[in-house]
Amino acid sequence: MKHNDRWINLLMGIAPIPLTLVFTSLILLAMGASPWEAYRNIFNGAFSSPEKVADVFAACVPLVLCSAGLAITFAAGQWNVGVEGQIILGAIFATWAARTLAWPQVPLLAAMLLAGLLGGALWGSFAGLLKVFGKVHEIFGGLGLNYLAQALAIWLIFNPWKPAGGATMSGTDLFPEAARMPHLGHLRVAPLAVVLALIAVALVTFLLRGTRWGLELKALGKGFVSAFTLGVPATPRLLTAFAACGGMAGIAGTILCSARYIRMIPAISGGQGYLALLVALISGSSNPQWIPFIAFFFAAAGVGSPQLEYNMHLDSSLGGVLEASVVLSVMFVSGWRVLLARKRSQAAALVSAEQEVTA
Amino acid sequence: MNVEFLIQTLASIVSSSAPVVLASIGETISEKSGVINLSLDGSIALSAMTGFAVAYTTDSATLGVLAAMAVGALIALLIAFASITLRLEQVAVGFVLTMLGLELADFLGNPFVRQPGPSIPHWPIPLLSDIPFIGPVLFNHNILIYISLLSIVATWWWMYKTQPGIKLQGVGERPESAFARGVNVNRMRYVYTTLGGALVGLAGATYSLSIKLGWSHRHTAGIGWIALAIVIFGGWNPLRVAAGSYFFGLLKALGSILQRNPAFASVPTQIFSSAPFALMIFTLLLLSSKGVDRLLDMLPPRLARRIDRAIRGRAPGGLGRPFEQG
Repeated sequence: MKHNDRWINLLMGIAPIPLTLVFTSLILLAMGASPWEAYRNIFNGAFSSPEKVADVFAACVPLVLCSAGLAITFAAGQWNVGVEGQIILGAIFATWAARTLAWPQVPLLAAMLLAGLLGGALWGSFAGLLKVFGKVHEIFGGLGLNYLAQALAIWLIFNPWKPAGGATMSGTDLFPEAARMPHLGHLRVAPLAVVLALIAVALVTFLLRGTRWGLELKALGKGFVSAFTLGVPATPRLLTAFAACGGMAGIAGTILCSARYIRMIPAISGGQGYLALLVALISGSSNPQWIPFIAFFFAAAGVGSPQLEYNMHLDSSLGGVLEASVVLSVMFVSGWRVLLARKRSQAAALVSAEQEVTA
Repeated sequence: MNVEFLIQTLASIVSSSAPVVLASIGETISEKSGVINLSLDGSIALSAMTGFAVAYTTDSATLGVLAAMAVGALIALLIAFASITLRLEQVAVGFVLTMLGLELADFLGNPFVRQPGPSIPHWPIPLLSDIPFIGPVLFNHNILIYISLLSIVATWWWMYKTQPGIKLQGVGERPESAFARGVNVNRMRYVYTTLGGALVGLAGATYSLSIKLGWSHRHTAGIGWIALAIVIFGGWNPLRVAAGSYFFGLLKALGSILQRNPAFASVPTQIFSSAPFALMIFTLLLLSSKGVDRLLDMLPPRLARRIDRAIRGRAPGGLGRPFEQG
């Protein structure tokens, strides 16, 4: 019996992967394309050369940073949909530093990271303030702030920051040399960014597992009332959670403009915030250490899928379909397990009740 | 301002708001029964794409509309299954389905991008469309726009004036007492969630077959999120939800009028297209904030109560909470 259970657990644990593959294969077949060929193209698009692997790592970094931040707000039971705007504000603040401060590289990069952190934290706190003092659900407060951040970025690019040749949607002038995060040789990945992302995961894991702050956040997340009666100061805890998440998103924004685009562009976040929500939904707030691995898979799907457009005339959004359907499968399988367990315990209770009656 | 221009503007608000009206009325129905369908933005995109693709392939706009409704209903059914039977967190499942719907719409819709295709024929209602002013504003559109108008009145009447509608409110407000009175709570939630989803699908079809014809990348541009916010703003009351939808339409119309004004020529168009979204959400925020409470406290209590009831509503008591039905 025990032995059997372990096998079932293992099977259920990997079940989301075949489920996703079956789903996306059906979709590909419906489009008249070979699933095997499509997966092979995505894989090659992500891993067939050192340049591509470097791109996967570079794509991974902002996702990991935002998901680590989201693990904090999820622990507090909050849906911080505003990450997207928090990335943008981080990038705006960092761009301001890059354009204003004529410093050497090391202090300038440090100042940009700090500015990005502040910008993101500020925008995150707004969502928190709206929630705590305005009774506004954080999903809608966050969305409103995302639109506002987007409008602000466009306004800046089209007015004070417009290039000498005239403003376009392709963004500002390239950053000065000192404001660019150094790449690894000719590869498009910045080692400093990777290190920062890993530090963020370690920090969040520690904060949530090993500190009183993390414990109190989780108490708040589980149920407001109980935490309140136990004396957890709800307002400051929620606000710091939003600010911490925003700060990490802000650093992601700094890395995006300093290391990837080397300038500020209107679509600087390009949906990374929403993607990070998917990553954090799989890891949950209890397993932030998984974030780098999930994000790596997401980044590989994202970097590899444009290959579908060149070789198979399919839209690259298959990468997004893969990502979202993996999350959906994970959720459904876990829900199914809970349902089975509940049915079994109900049946057991019924049997023991019957035995009592007959005894 | 001349009357002709006013009529034209109002008529365009009535027609361009139709998808938001249908989606927010559909969401009101499902939330009223206690289930949040957060997938609206993805549902609308996927159903708009399906509606156009089916209409294009079969050369029948009617089949397109039906297919779109089926897609909306199917996604809603998935949410009902996840939240009622599997008891997963509704908001989480809805969010993931939003993303999946958007990506699937892009992927499957790729062959149909910017293709010319069939649309719903214009059909002024005889006699009614001849009424001065009201006629051209309300009755000079196509069948989908009339359905959007009808859905408002019909949903309001069903919810507040019929026996099954009262039951529906009970299921959302206090599932325990509804169950004690012999109502099959979970079955009703399945039915109303799916029905609401079909209306959301219809919203998608209205978009691609009547408002912004055809299909392109991010064709439906975030209206799902607006519809979700409007349901809260409208206090789960179909009439006020509709008012909110038309208010959003008005903001968009004002945006495009301002955009044509030479004084604003230097402002990038992206600002005009996203400003109504930001404005709308912050209007909703302002109305629900505690600041309004303080303003109301300064008024005489009877007036304050009236205003409070007019601008705000309370969420159904059982919203988002799974119900264990023995």
